[in-house]
Amino acid sequence: MTKKRLIQKIVFTTFGLISLLVVGILFAILGFIAIRGLHVISWEFLTSMPEDGMTKGGIFPAIVGTGCLVLGSMIFAFPIGVLSGIYTHEYLKDSWFKRFIRMMTNNLSGIPSIVFGLFGMALFVNYLSFGDSILAGSLTLGLLTLPVVIRTTEEALKSVDDTLRMGSYALGATKLQTIGRVVLPVAYPNIITGLILSIGRVSGETAPILFTVAAYFLPKLPSSLSDQVMALPYHLYVLATSGTNMEQSRPMAYGTAFVLIAIVLIINTAASLLRRYLNKKVKMD
Amino acid sequence: MIKAEAKNINVWYGDFHALKNINMSFNTNSVTALIGPSGCGKSTFLRLFNRMNDLISNFRLEGLITVDEQNLYSKEVKIDELRKSIGMVFQKPNPFPKSIYENVAYGLRVNGINDRRTLDETVERSLRQAALWDEVKDNLKKSAMSISGGQQQRLCIARALAVEPRLILMDEPASALDPISTAKIEELIFELKKSFTILIVTHNLQQAGRISDYTGFFYMGEMIEHDATQKMFLNPSNERTQNYITGRFG
Repeated sequence: MTKKRLIQKIVFTTFGLISLLVVGILFAILGFIAIRGLHVISWEFLTSMPEDGMTKGGIFPAIVGTGCLVLGSMIFAFPIGVLSGIYTHEYLKDSWFKRFIRMMTNNLSGIPSIVFGLFGMALFVNYLSFGDSILAGSLTLGLLTLPVVIRTTEEALKSVDDTLRMGSYALGATKLQTIGRVVLPVAYPNIITGLILSIGRVSGETAPILFTVAAYFLPKLPSSLSDQVMALPYHLYVLATSGTNMEQSRPMAYGTAFVLIAIVLIINTAASLLRRYLNKKVKMD
Repeated sequence: MIKAEAKNINVWYGDFHALKNINMSFNTNSVTALIGPSGCGKSTFLRLFNRMNDLISNFRLEGLITVDEQNLYSKEVKIDELRKSIGMVFQKPNPFPKSIYENVAYGLRVNGINDRRTLDETVERSLRQAALWDEVKDNLKKSAMSISGGQQQRLCIARALAVEPRLILMDEPASALDPISTAKIEELIFELKKSFTILIVTHNLQQAGRISDYTGFFYMGEMIEHDATQKMFLNPSNERTQNYITGRFG
């Protein structure tokens, strides 16, 4: 073997091992949580209220709470984010204004989530007097995902071949018609999957809901937008650090972690399956 | 009869002087090939006739462009309506990810025509004119992405014909196609010239020789020579034209 080939082999083997390591880390985390948490999982665990200082019973209210928050934040963030993404990518010409909006969007996504939590508390909970509520928590989470949604939309639009836009303009279509009839029908699978992926991220956020909605212990289901709820990530935090009987609640913590991870993995898998299906559909229709 | 004209045309992109003092006119029912090395300005010139250059932010034009004696850049002209009346075919086939039928009907639909009978008739007429009807008439509802590249390009031609254009612009329409599909496009251009006036940008000199009545040679933003194709290829007046056509540069 020549020296050049040997070096190439060493380099790529190293790269390969590092890539495997990444996968290994993921499996280590999943395995660790599964071993300690899987035996707690039962139908009862998923569907009943916590009992006995959260050492027995289930996590049903936390699952419902996280569901409410995800739904609420998406209702807020999706329309605003998608419309803003369309505006910046399709309408704005390259100018200082566009660069400014881009930069601010990036800065928004760089703000630590605990700061979002603090801001949410100041604005929604106190100033707008929503109190600790699903409404305040959803809006705060929505703000947090907004840059992700905008970015996702822009990326999806960027991947639409410019020759399609040109073809549409050349036939006398306006910009709005071009976006509505040509660009979005091509881009929507990637927009939608991006949105679903952002759901996965929202469901795991703890800091933004800490001061705006999350309840330490609330063994009942919410009945309105102004109710507090339990939520999976915060429940996990409580079980792991500040339960009344830490030793006995520890398995419950692992069970909660397992459910949280499972939800995120299911959402991500669904997103990539949906993307593949929709992209095929766009090509074949 | 003169169909379209360019008078004293100068174009800038920012500081770059892309077209320099160009005067050309194009006869009705003729095919004019625009040739020249890459970056010589021939595509920019072509796109003046449906105002596609207006989409580029630092584009600036001086001079007069007319079709049927209408000044395309006068204030009364609505760009959307103008573009509808000028057909354009691009280098890469760019069918929309819709059915064959909807691709052809697109130009009518975006201009507010949704009457089923009109659409049906126009789609059939345009596909026939583009010599594609027999190949797709049983599959009009099928995706335009499912037919071959050559068929896609003829579909794009049909799409441009559907709006009954006053002028057809083609920007290297066969450069992404295999020889057989290219031959079909060339035959088609020959047929279309009976009813339309065509400007075509091409890098393929043999193609220019085969299909065009007139040829314009562009070099570094200038129009060097514009004459009957036969004359241009057999006995060009300008030395640079001669050099380009015989392959000594470009």
